[in-house]
Amino acid sequence: MSDIVLDRVTKRYPDGALAVQEVNIEIADGEFIILVGPSGCGKSTTLNMIAGLEDITSGELRIDGTVVNDRAPKDRDIAMVFQSYALYPHLSVRENMAFPLRLAKLDTATIDRKVNEAARILDLTQHLDRRPSNLSGGQRQRVAMGRAIVRNPKAFLMDEPLSNLDAKLRVQMRTSVSRLQKQLGTTTVYVTHDQTEAMTLGDRVVVMRGGVVQQIGAPQHLYEHPANLFVAGFIGSPAMNFVPAAVADGGLATALGEIRLTDRLRRAMERADAPREVILGIRPEHFEDASLVDDRMRAEGDVFTGLVDVVESMGSDKYVYYALDEKARSAELEELAADSGSSDVPASEGQLVTRLSAVSPVREGDHHEVWFDLGKVQLFDPSTGRNLTLEA
Amino acid sequence: MSGERLSEDQAAPGSPADGTAEPGPSPAGGSGRGGRTGGTRSGRRTLTEGQRSERRLALLLCAPAALVMIAVTGWPIIYSVWLSLQRYDLRFPADQEFVGLANYVEVLTSSYWWTSFGVTLLITVVSVAIELVLGMALALIMHRTIVGRGLVRTSALVPYGIVTVVAAFSWRYAWTPDTGYLANLFAPGSAPLTDQASALAIITLAEVWKTTPFMALLLMAGLALVPDDLLKAASMDGAGPWQRFIKVMVPVMKPAILVALLFRTLDAFRIFDNIYVLTSGAQDTSSVSILANTNLIQALNLGIGSTMSVLIFLSVALIAFVFVKLFGTAAPGSDTEGRR
Ligand SMILES: Nc1ncnc2c1ncn2[C@@H]1O[C@H](COP(=O)(O)OP(=O)(O)O)[C@@H](O)[C@H]1O
Ligand SMILES: [Mg+2]
Repeated sequence: MSDIVLDRVTKRYPDGALAVQEVNIEIADGEFIILVGPSGCGKSTTLNMIAGLEDITSGELRIDGTVVNDRAPKDRDIAMVFQSYALYPHLSVRENMAFPLRLAKLDTATIDRKVNEAARILDLTQHLDRRPSNLSGGQRQRVAMGRAIVRNPKAFLMDEPLSNLDAKLRVQMRTSVSRLQKQLGTTTVYVTHDQTEAMTLGDRVVVMRGGVVQQIGAPQHLYEHPANLFVAGFIGSPAMNFVPAAVADGGLATALGEIRLTDRLRRAMERADAPREVILGIRPEHFEDASLVDDRMRAEGDVFTGLVDVVESMGSDKYVYYALDEKARSAELEELAADSGSSDVPASEGQLVTRLSAVSPVREGDHHEVWFDLGKVQLFDPSTGRNLTLEA
Repeated sequence: MSGERLSEDQAAPGSPADGTAEPGPSPAGGSGRGGRTGGTRSGRRTLTEGQRSERRLALLLCAPAALVMIAVTGWPIIYSVWLSLQRYDLRFPADQEFVGLANYVEVLTSSYWWTSFGVTLLITVVSVAIELVLGMALALIMHRTIVGRGLVRTSALVPYGIVTVVAAFSWRYAWTPDTGYLANLFAPGSAPLTDQASALAIITLAEVWKTTPFMALLLMAGLALVPDDLLKAASMDGAGPWQRFIKVMVPVMKPAILVALLFRTLDAFRIFDNIYVLTSGAQDTSSVSILANTNLIQALNLGIGSTMSVLIFLSVALIAFVFVKLFGTAAPGSDTEGRR
């Protein structure tokens, strides 16, 4: 159990690719931290640098206050779980888990005790004498976890450990990983490209893009106060709606109509010295069927009438998609969509996603009035992506 | 007979994979193994007209290859076994007669045979062992090389591309006293190819030089089977480079290593060209192949020569058998349980 500090850590591969740029992260003892971002953003590279599997080009990596840049992986006392599980095919489950202990030259009795203990925690006791090739995906995953926990290392590193499981098992394993980490209290760095995993697992989440850290914070903080357009679009599902907006006198001209500038927005724009053109972001759950909103709420928001494209009833609530006649998308939005495979970033061509109460009478094809909460609206600078409404 | 076999074949695909899932074919297969008549009949009945003609076509298509195999390998083997049971010396053709195992007794009690056998074993074991070590080193180098990969691989394979006899002649000239550069360098004033120990060393060296690249090539294919993640995991688990090699790489690529060893052992046991060119088997350096050739082709004693050939064949078969038995128990991932 230890703290890990990345101090301006940079990685440039021999072929010149700059994979990770000036990353600063301070990971506290016992913390569960998630590195999340689209594929190719440098998550694995960062993790491998912590592990010692990749050299650090510049910057410092400190574990427990000691600089470990030049230490071999085996001298860092860190365990790692791989996406492919990387189990030794020629060894039984027991031998796989005992492998690090044997290398550490522990005596047989201690090894047996630790392996049996780990097997019990991970519910692998009856599989100890089988080969990895005879196990299911979930069992293999647990063996990989077992091999990591038997050593009682300073930290766990996990690189997309659940990505090779089917959706149902992934949710199941997610909870058990979380429980295990709490139980053991071991510092854990967990890499994923899945924002749901990031939101549900971590104490803190590090959002990366193109080798650069975008924002670090608790899941809820990232959700409510994204530092920029990318984080806003990446965190949350369905993703935040983005609508280009032009500052007109006293309001914002958008595809949602003329929007009143509240004091909060006006102050934020003044403070941030906002440009004339901005991007307005609002999450689906900050909408509500206008007929279900009382006067007090109505005063705090604004309404918009649009053509209902699709209604998806989820039982607990309804996802309602409105068609927007929106031509101008900012270059930043386009890039963002391309960056995260567009499914992560919405504003998908002229569509507005809203989450309304299940009792809403809305039907496809209607022109329906929907209310949205102006207190939750965020504004972004289209050229830099910076969140203008973020309190300093 | 064939009906019995067919019914077994029919049952085979159904029964191990999905035991109880298909009640139809399984009982048929079961009775096919136990009660002969029932199985035969149900086996026949399951063959439709289409399946039967397909089977006929399959046999017809295989027939030419099978016939060629019998003609070029089967017949010579049978013929040499038959010859080995005769007294048959071409210098005295009139004395030909069937003598049973007398030739075998003669060969197996001859000191020439056992000397050659010992020499062959020695060369086989020593050269294959050296080749394995060097080949592994070469394979690791070729596997890890990033710059000029093609060039490294090509140049490593050059010795293997040279015809053995040609390479053997260049070794012979290199070790010829006075004119050969290696002889002048390492053994000035002596003739290393005329002394048993040094001649065997040179023969082994020539073998190793020639076939290490082949070994390396086979081992490199095995190295490709070891996932990078596995080695990374081993580093994380605390293994140094040597432990990674011994505890992870070697066991995972064991099937490839065994195949490489099998190929090379079989090859080395039949060593001929290098010895023929370098010493012609003088000073007790002849291998069993050289001895068989001497008796069969030079002395024209078909009976004794054939006996030796048959014994070589049996030795090679024994080596192959031992290796294949070894595979059966040791190849990871080949355990059938895993296919469930
Ligand atoms: N061995 C390598 N050599 C050169 N470039 C690499 C290497 N490994 C990764 N990269 C590059 O570094 C970037 C980050 O990769 P990676 O850390 O694997 O991303 P992630 O795990 O977030 O998907 C990618 O652009 C990738 O192409
Ligand atoms: Mg990755």
